[in-house]
Amino acid sequence: MTDTAWIDAALTSARPQAVGALLRYFRNLDTAEEAFQNASLRALRSWPQNGPPRDPAAWLIMVGRNVAIDDIRRTRKQEPLPDDHQAISDLGDAEDAIAERLDGSHYRDDILRLLFICCHPELPATQQIALALRIVSGLTVKQIARAFLVSEAAMEQRITRAKARVAEASVPFETPGAVERSERLVAVAAMIYLIFNEGYSASGDTAEIRSTLSEEAIRLARLLLRLFQSEPEIMGLTALLLLQHARAAARFDSEGAVILLDDQDRSRWNQKMIAEGLALIDKAMRHRDSGPYQVQAAIAALHARAEKPEDTDWRQIDLLYGALEIMQPSPVVTLNRAVAVCKVRGPQAALEMIEPLAPRLSNYFHFFGVRGAFLMQLGRNDEARVAFDRAIALANTSAEAAHIRMHLDRLMRDSQPRDTKAGK
Amino acid sequence: MLYAILCYHDEDLVGSWSKEQDAAVMSKLAVVQEKLAKQGRLGPVARLLPTTAAATLRKEDPPLVIDGPYAETKEQLLGFYLVDCKDLDDALDVARDLGAANPGGAYEIRPVGMFAPGSNTT
Repeated sequence: MTDTAWIDAALTSARPQAVGALLRYFRNLDTAEEAFQNASLRALRSWPQNGPPRDPAAWLIMVGRNVAIDDIRRTRKQEPLPDDHQAISDLGDAEDAIAERLDGSHYRDDILRLLFICCHPELPATQQIALALRIVSGLTVKQIARAFLVSEAAMEQRITRAKARVAEASVPFETPGAVERSERLVAVAAMIYLIFNEGYSASGDTAEIRSTLSEEAIRLARLLLRLFQSEPEIMGLTALLLLQHARAAARFDSEGAVILLDDQDRSRWNQKMIAEGLALIDKAMRHRDSGPYQVQAAIAALHARAEKPEDTDWRQIDLLYGALEIMQPSPVVTLNRAVAVCKVRGPQAALEMIEPLAPRLSNYFHFFGVRGAFLMQLGRNDEARVAFDRAIALANTSAEAAHIRMHLDRLMRDSQPRDTKAGK
Repeated sequence: MLYAILCYHDEDLVGSWSKEQDAAVMSKLAVVQEKLAKQGRLGPVARLLPTTAAATLRKEDPPLVIDGPYAETKEQLLGFYLVDCKDLDDALDVARDLGAANPGGAYEIRPVGMFAPGSNTT
């Protein structure tokens, strides 16, 4: 291993475990991060000459700890040092000792704690995500800024602010109990889902840049699942992300315009991701302990399994959305269900389903897009046009607006024959 | 004699490779495989999905299904090759070639006792 790119990959993969352990040791995020940085710099010097260590994470923890302790020793000679610092004398022995300890129970809780710190309830979602990408994933501020389409200075500020907030809050360092652990897991899963959505909701022109976010979310979800192998909801989450991301290459055309599910070239779906997603949802279902991620993954799985759009089992999707409505009542879920209802029972039933949502979704782009589409199918073109106009006004990205404009153009083209038909 | 070359690697690490790094490894491995295939020595080759997708059936009574791989280890079984080799030295040479294309981790080299090619499932 001589190429720095490979060392970077090793550092990235060791990072959550190493920073998590250093955080447990120093109980301070900045110290832990700095210790990891210093250890990484030494790795870049040492690994190409001496070869990579057998356990990079253990090496980084030990070196990071030593360097940080030296720093502490130098700066505040009077203060007592953290426990068992003197144990580190011989490099090989210490590495083995730490590696042994890491195999134990700490490993899991260290990483979970590190992730959990980023989901502090006082942090707005955007700060949670930025913090997790910086601290856990180790993306540079520049990379994160690029993915969020903001300036590096703005992102630097956002992360600094988030860190300050976290530092003020009391970080739970004691080993969590079962209830606490599962609460942390829920919060962390939600944050990973947010990271994914940041990438997934990108428009065509930024999709490639922002896919970093989706890929990182998948990596974190897999990491979490490695730690909690029999949690069906974490299987569901990972499956959901994989099944959604599998369609990435087919979601936009060469000009960056949205391609709807029905019109996507399914041969461009990533079959390996689909296989992994299906395997996970398959496994999750065996637990008979359903949850929102599993249901959403099951819906995504039905799309993934359909070789042609007309093979899609919309009746089953309707049922699954019905289950999701009960678990997680939300107008957005009902709106999605209505799309399935339209396929199964027709546009009239679907329209009736979404009418009551109007007050709560009056600023939601997709509501007017979907409403317009139902009205268009019913031949109520004037009303459809009003809905589409409203959707364009609410569009979040240029690709969304362009997509609705395409509907409007079709309405214009079709209005002649349709009116004739209506006049009969 | 037929040898199984079982590929062990840290899957977190392999999962941290960029798409380009992953593709670079796969194309280097393809060169080694191509050579073996031309010599008529290459049997089935598999790259396994992450261990998170694995389930384990413990053959107790009644059999017990566990999520995840059989063993929790630092390095995971990520794939395998079946290669026809003269002897262990020859198999080690093949493993060295593969290892040069895909650094890190370890290969376990196991002589095959029985091999049924099965039907084509591709």
